[in-house]
Amino acid sequence: METYIGKSVKRREDARFLKGAGKYTDDIKLPGMTQAAFVRSPYAHAKILSVDTSAAEKAEGVVAVYTGSDACGTYGVPCGWQVDFKDGETMREPLHPLLAKDKILHVGEAVAIVIAESLELARDAAELVNVKYDVLPAVTCPKKAMESGAPKVHDQWGDNAAFDWCIGNDRAEVEAALASAHHVTEMNYKNHRVAPNAIEPRSYIADYDVNADKWTLYTSTQNPHLVRLLMCAFALGIPEHKVRVVSYDVGGGFGSKIYHYTEEALLTWASKEIGRPIKWTSDRTEAFLTDAHGRDHIVHSKMGFDKDGKIVAHLTDEFCAMGAYLSTFAPAVPTYLHGTLFQGVYTTPLIHLNVTAPFTHTVPVDAYRGAGRPEATYLLERIVSKAAKEMNMDPAELRLKNFIAPFNGTTEPGYQTQVALQYDSGNYHASLKRGLEMLGYEDFRKEQAEARKNGKLLGVGISTYIEGCGIAPSAVVGSLGARAGLYEVGHVRVQPTGKVSVFTGSHSHGQGHETVFAQFAADKLGIPMDDIDIVHGDTDQVAFGMGTYGSRSLSVGGSAIIKSIEKVLEKGAKIAAHKLEAAEEDLEYAEGKWTVKGTDKSISFGDVSLTAYVPHDYPEGVEPGLDFSSFYDPTNFTYPFGTHIAVVEVCSDTGKVTVKRFVACDDVGNVMNPMIVDGQIHGGVVQGIGQALLEEVVYDGEGQMVTGSYMDYAMPRADDMPMIETDRTTTPCPHNPLGAKGAGEAGAIGSTPAVVNAVVDALAHMGVTDIQMPVTPQRVWKAMQN
Amino acid sequence: MQISLKINGKTHSHDVEPRISLAQYLRETLSLTGTHIGCDTSGCGACTVHVDGAATKACTLLAVQVDGCEIKTIEGMANGNEMHPIQEAFKENHGLQCGFCTPGMVMTAADILKNNPNPTEEEIRHGLEGNFCRCTGYHNIVKSIQHAAETLNS
Ligand code: FES
Ligand code: FES
Repeated sequence: METYIGKSVKRREDARFLKGAGKYTDDIKLPGMTQAAFVRSPYAHAKILSVDTSAAEKAEGVVAVYTGSDACGTYGVPCGWQVDFKDGETMREPLHPLLAKDKILHVGEAVAIVIAESLELARDAAELVNVKYDVLPAVTCPKKAMESGAPKVHDQWGDNAAFDWCIGNDRAEVEAALASAHHVTEMNYKNHRVAPNAIEPRSYIADYDVNADKWTLYTSTQNPHLVRLLMCAFALGIPEHKVRVVSYDVGGGFGSKIYHYTEEALLTWASKEIGRPIKWTSDRTEAFLTDAHGRDHIVHSKMGFDKDGKIVAHLTDEFCAMGAYLSTFAPAVPTYLHGTLFQGVYTTPLIHLNVTAPFTHTVPVDAYRGAGRPEATYLLERIVSKAAKEMNMDPAELRLKNFIAPFNGTTEPGYQTQVALQYDSGNYHASLKRGLEMLGYEDFRKEQAEARKNGKLLGVGISTYIEGCGIAPSAVVGSLGARAGLYEVGHVRVQPTGKVSVFTGSHSHGQGHETVFAQFAADKLGIPMDDIDIVHGDTDQVAFGMGTYGSRSLSVGGSAIIKSIEKVLEKGAKIAAHKLEAAEEDLEYAEGKWTVKGTDKSISFGDVSLTAYVPHDYPEGVEPGLDFSSFYDPTNFTYPFGTHIAVVEVCSDTGKVTVKRFVACDDVGNVMNPMIVDGQIHGGVVQGIGQALLEEVVYDGEGQMVTGSYMDYAMPRADDMPMIETDRTTTPCPHNPLGAKGAGEAGAIGSTPAVVNAVVDALAHMGVTDIQMPVTPQRVWKAMQN
Repeated sequence: MQISLKINGKTHSHDVEPRISLAQYLRETLSLTGTHIGCDTSGCGACTVHVDGAATKACTLLAVQVDGCEIKTIEGMANGNEMHPIQEAFKENHGLQCGFCTPGMVMTAADILKNNPNPTEEEIRHGLEGNFCRCTGYHNIVKSIQHAAETLNS
C-alpha cells in the first residue's frame, strides 16, 4: 500500500491556481455588492479640525459616507497580548479606532469611508471629502520617541512608552561579568522596518443578511476564527454565532494577515447599516501605509568572552517601535518572541535583555515572518561573527566552541535556557558541520584569498540560528500575557462510505496544507490520499481554530488531526471487534483494515465506517457515527535550528553586493513533504536576503512614508537572487506525534545575518567591522572609502 | 466607449468607461479573475496577459487601448482540463505557493520561452524581473521554466 509521509507529493491545490481559478477574496462578487474607498490622512500627526462629507454624499452612485463622528467611530480593534511595565504599571493600550475622529496618528490612517455602486464612483466621491487638519510634529524613530520633548503619540500618558520589559539574569550580574571579561564585542545598529508585502493586497467583503440576521465576512486572513472572535467580542460587540468568517484562497500572509484590521470591523458594521454587501480591496500604496510592518528595533548590545573564546555574558538594550496603536500580537514580538531566543545555540551563562517599546507616528509593527526571532538571530549571529574577527578566530570555530551539546529531548533532557524557555531537542554541531561541508568552507577560504589578490572582493557569512515556534502551550503563553489560548482544532469526519473530511483550524495561504495534511492523515488511517479532503478557512465548517503563523500548522494543527484520527481508530476498533467477534486487544490495524492477529480474518476501514452509520449489527453502548473533533495544546514550543551560509561578491567600483551562493542546512524535525519544506526555505531565505540587501520602509522627519510603492520599495526580484542550496539534518521534536518542528519561518530567520556577515567578511581587510542594513551599494561604497 | 476584442479566442464587445484598465475589465466585466492585481505601478506583474502575443501588464493598459487586439489570459492557457506544459512544469517543480503571482508568472514564462526556447538561468531570471513572487524565492519558478523549456523542445 502506498504511503505518503516523507514524499514530495505534488500539490493538490496547484491546478486551480495554475488555471487562474483560485478564489481569492477580491475574486468574489455578491449580488447587490457595493464598493468602498477610504479617505486617508496624508499627515503623520494632526488634529482633525473638520470633515466635510456633504459633496461626497451627493456624488453619483454614493450609498453612504461614514466618519469617526458616526457610531463606528466609538469602536476599536483590540490588542491580543498584554505586556506590563517592569514596575507593574499596566500596558498602555489606546483605543485603535475604526476611523480617526479627533486626531491622526500615522500617515494613511482612515478618516472616512465612502461606499458607492462601483469602485470608481467610490474613489471619485472620496476625493470630494474635505478634511481640515492642524498638522503637528511627528516622531517615527523608537529611540527618539523616548527622548524628553519628543512629540507625544498619545496625549493621555506622560511619555511614549507602551511598556518596558526585561528578561534573563540579573542585570548587575551580567554587567559585572562583562566588566571582567577578557574581550567584549559591542554593536550599535538598527534592525530596520520592513513591509511584509504579500502580493495579494488585503481584501474584505462584508455581507449582512437581514432575514437571517447574520453577517458573513470574506477576508484575506491567516486566522478566520480569531478575526471572528476579536471582532465580535471586542471590536463590535456582535453575537459570534451570527457571524461567519470565510477566507478561501489567500495570496500570502507572512504575518501581515494575522491581525484583525480596522477595515474588517468597519465593513462588517457598515454592511448592516446599508443592508448591502461591501467590498474593499487595498491598493498597493494603501498596503504600504496600513498593513502592519515588521522589525524596527534600535539595538545596543555587548557580548563578553573569556580568553578561550567562551561567551561569558550578553547584555542588550533595545528600543522597539510599536507604531501608533497596538496591533494584535505587537507587544509579544519584541518580548516573548524575541528575548526568549537570546540563548541562541550557545551556552552563554549570563544574559540580560532590556526592551523599551514606544508608540511612534507610524503604522503599527507586528509579527513579520519570524517575528522577533529574526531580530534575535540577527543580533546573536552578527555579534558572534564580529567577535570572531576581533579575536582573530574563525567564525565557525568560535561557534563550535560555544554550542550547546547535542540532546534529543527524550533520553536526554531538554536544554534549559537563561531566558525562560526549555529547548526540545537539538544538534547544532551536526548542522554547522553539514553546512560547512555543503559550502566547501576550507576551499572557499583559499578561493577568497586568491581572489583578493586579484582585487576581487569575496566574503562568506555564517549564521547558526535557532527559533521557537509551534506556539504554544496555552498556559505558558497565558502566563506571559497572551489573551488567547494557542491550541489548534482538528476534526475528522469519516463519511459512511469511508471517505474522510478533515476540518482544520490551521489556514493555508501557500503552505500546501491541502496536500500535506492529507499525506499524513492517509498514512495514519491507512487509506489512499484521494479518499481524504482537507477543509479550512470557513468558521461555519470548522469548529474552531487559532490559525496559521509561527510555523505552527503541522506541529500544532497536524497534531490535533492526529488526535482525532486516534479517536476514530479507537472507536473503529470497537466496531471491528464486534463484527469480527473478537476481543479488541486481539486486533491490529494496518493498511486500512482491522485484522485478528495471527489470522486472515479482517474488516476494512470502509466496512467499519458503513457499520458506524448503519448500526444494525452493532456493539452495545457504542454511539453510531465516526466523527471526532480534538483540541491539541502542545506541551512545549518547538525549536527548529540550522545553518545558513552566504557567499557574496562585492563590486569594488560600485559597492553592489551579489549573493553568489546560499547554503541552507535546516533542521525542522521530521519532514512530511520535502518539496514543500524546501519551498518554504527558499522563500524565507529570499525574504531574509531582501531585508539584508534591499528592503526598507523609510519615514521622513515629518512621518511621511517615502517608500510607499513598488517604485520606491526594493523587493527581491528573480535576477537579484541565486539558487538556494538546501539540505537537512533531522532531529525529531520529542513532544508532538509527528515529530515536526516547523519550517515556515526558518529561512527568513537564518539568512539575514549570514548575508551581512558575508559582506563584512568581504570588506574586513579594509577595516570594515559592521555595516547597517539594508546593505545598499551606497552604504558599501561609503564603507570602502573610509 | 465601445470596444471589441478577442479574448482567449472569443470575441467580446462592451461599452466601457475610458478609465477602466484592461485588468479591471477582465476581472469585473468578464469575470476572468485569474488575472490578478497586486499593485498600481506596473511593479509586480501579477496582472500579466498576452496582448497580440506579447506579455503585457494589464493593470497599466486601458481597456480602450486594446480595442481590436487579441488577448490571452491565464484562463486561456489550459486546453480544457489539460494543462499547458508550462502549467504542468510549475506543478511538477513546486513553482507556486500561494498562487497569487502564478498567473502572471505563467504568462511571462510563456513569453520568455516563445522568444527564447533555450534560455539560460540568467536569461530566465532576467525575463522574470517584472514579476514579483513573495513566496517561492524564485528558485522553483526558474526550475519550472527550465523544465517547461525541455518539455516544449522535446
Ligand atoms: S498589478 Fe500590474 S504590475 Fe502589479
Ligand atoms: S506564489 Fe505567492 S506570490 Fe508567488
